[in-house]
Amino acid sequence: MSKYQVNNKGYYGPFGGAYIPEMLYPNVEQLEQQYLTILNDPSFKEEFEQLLKDYVGRPSPLYHAKRLSERYGAKIFLKREDLNHTGAHKINNTIGQILLAERLGKKRIIAETGAGQHGVATATVCALKGLECVVYMGEIDIARQAPNVARMKMMGAKVVPATSGSKTLKDATNEALRDWINNPVDTHYIIGSVVGPHPYPDMVARFQSIISAETKKQLLEKTGKSTPDIAMACVGGGSNAAGMFYNFVDDEDVRLIAVEAAGLGVDSGETAATTVLGKEGVLHGSRSILMQTDDGQVVEPYSISAGLDYPGIGPQHAWLFQSGRGEYVSATDDEAMQAGLLLTQLEGIIPAIESSHALAHLEKMKFKGDEVVVICLSGRGDKDLDNYMKYFNL
Amino acid sequence: MQLNKHANGLLSIYFTAGYPTLDSTVTIAKALEEAGADFLEIGFPYSDPVADGPTIQHSSEEALKNGMTLHVLFEQLKDLRKHVSIPVFLMGYVNPVIRFGVENFCKACKEVGVNGTIIPDLPMYEYEELYQHIFEENGISNIFLVTPQTSEERIRKIDKLSTSFIYLLSSNATTGTNLEVKDQAESYFKRIKDMDLDSPFIIGFGISDQATFRKATAYANGAIVGTAFVKLLSQEDYLKKIPEFIQKLR
Repeated sequence: MSKYQVNNKGYYGPFGGAYIPEMLYPNVEQLEQQYLTILNDPSFKEEFEQLLKDYVGRPSPLYHAKRLSERYGAKIFLKREDLNHTGAHKINNTIGQILLAERLGKKRIIAETGAGQHGVATATVCALKGLECVVYMGEIDIARQAPNVARMKMMGAKVVPATSGSKTLKDATNEALRDWINNPVDTHYIIGSVVGPHPYPDMVARFQSIISAETKKQLLEKTGKSTPDIAMACVGGGSNAAGMFYNFVDDEDVRLIAVEAAGLGVDSGETAATTVLGKEGVLHGSRSILMQTDDGQVVEPYSISAGLDYPGIGPQHAWLFQSGRGEYVSATDDEAMQAGLLLTQLEGIIPAIESSHALAHLEKMKFKGDEVVVICLSGRGDKDLDNYMKYFNL
Repeated sequence: MQLNKHANGLLSIYFTAGYPTLDSTVTIAKALEEAGADFLEIGFPYSDPVADGPTIQHSSEEALKNGMTLHVLFEQLKDLRKHVSIPVFLMGYVNPVIRFGVENFCKACKEVGVNGTIIPDLPMYEYEELYQHIFEENGISNIFLVTPQTSEERIRKIDKLSTSFIYLLSSNATTGTNLEVKDQAESYFKRIKDMDLDSPFIIGFGISDQATFRKATAYANGAIVGTAFVKLLSQEDYLKKIPEFIQKLR
């Protein structure tokens, strides 16, 4: 068994576990006992693969970005998750979880969302399957992400404002957990990232592992070798990075680089650079690295990118970081915005600001000239046009 | 830590430390003992209290704004045993405890005379693997929760692990949800009573008045009132109202 994957107790090294109140125990235990059986069932696999192909539009292309490669002096490939239905990698997970929820006999779906991408991806699969959908979203995020709120409503989801605490993603997650506590029997909670109590981090990583599974095949076709020298992705909770790293973690020749959001700078007090500032702690059901005060109160993070605006990271990332297997770095708002503009100008691709963080790290790297670099372009920038417009005075 | 008995059932009260004011913690504890409460749960606040409904969430937020931390709380509780003799349990979430250091936390509890802890998001497996020996070395009883969905096998295990009492949730819900006066709750209480557990069990969540208190104590060794009391603390002159509040519950 891989030392970088979850063990049979639900842990990655010292991280992970299921730190949940007893009220959630039966639900989480049911998931824990059944998720692998369901995921390995041929009928599940068939339906999952079919939907990924016909509905999501997979496989997503692996694109050799020649002008970007020229600029940095490496062979850079972009894994085009931005071309998926609904515009990001999030749909890989929601398709998987809705099929799982059906097989568990659940009638009602709840989800949390920050910028609204996971909320939209959840509302989408609920429309597809005709299941009731309730999405919790911070009151502040609802105000600043109106188009995604409208998308969710059009698809029949009920969007409930989270009005507690800081009124953003972590509070939306708290509200979703409270909903699940109060509706334990008929409801499945579709968590959007590789966070939460075991088995969520592993389950979500498995659904997202399609990213690196496809990448391997595509690299073999394009370069004659199925592994890159470097695999890169941005990290908020860390689901696209978990998917991009999944099939490479045991190959120690592949460098894994995860880029966190530094916001206004890691020392500015306005940042989401969890591995720089965080300490070991428990949030939303798992032990990981967490931005918190000396008293153990969770600190509200900041990033221009709402998808990276989370005070923790998934437990597998905490372990990859602590064990030294992964390199965890960060990019500021400014660095990310410039990288987003650069990709647009060199390749005609407007990236989500989340993905721009991964691109921004290229500026700080030195290449010998022939390294193969794969970057997960986790989402498209349509949702961020407002931000790009304001930032560049367009 | 063994609880005493009370003919009409033990009455326990929960309140959040540092709410409504930073210094109100020990004053409220003292007033509750004088009014006739049998034991107390003092909540230490956390920024992300997922098992709590709006009332206790609000009290936690206010307490944090007032400057409550675990360090401040233990400082306030230094003279606890000069003022309060009934058992006191600290209740809160695991992250502040981990940050404080579990060993430091248990030692501090022992020093000030706190009898036990209730940490809902510290599950049995993690408790046994990582922390049980620390709690036991310091004589701190950790209390586990049981819900209507908890399996009999798991309840038996919790019973074995318990050194003080079992905290029985009246329903699968966050705090402040009304106890439904239905056969369902009663048949669940009866099922637990009929299990003839070694540990006493105390019912909490949804106990807000005499009717629900009596309903719970018809089966259990006692009941816990939280949200209804925290609501009282938001009123003016709350200290003067505590004796009446307790009397009306009995």
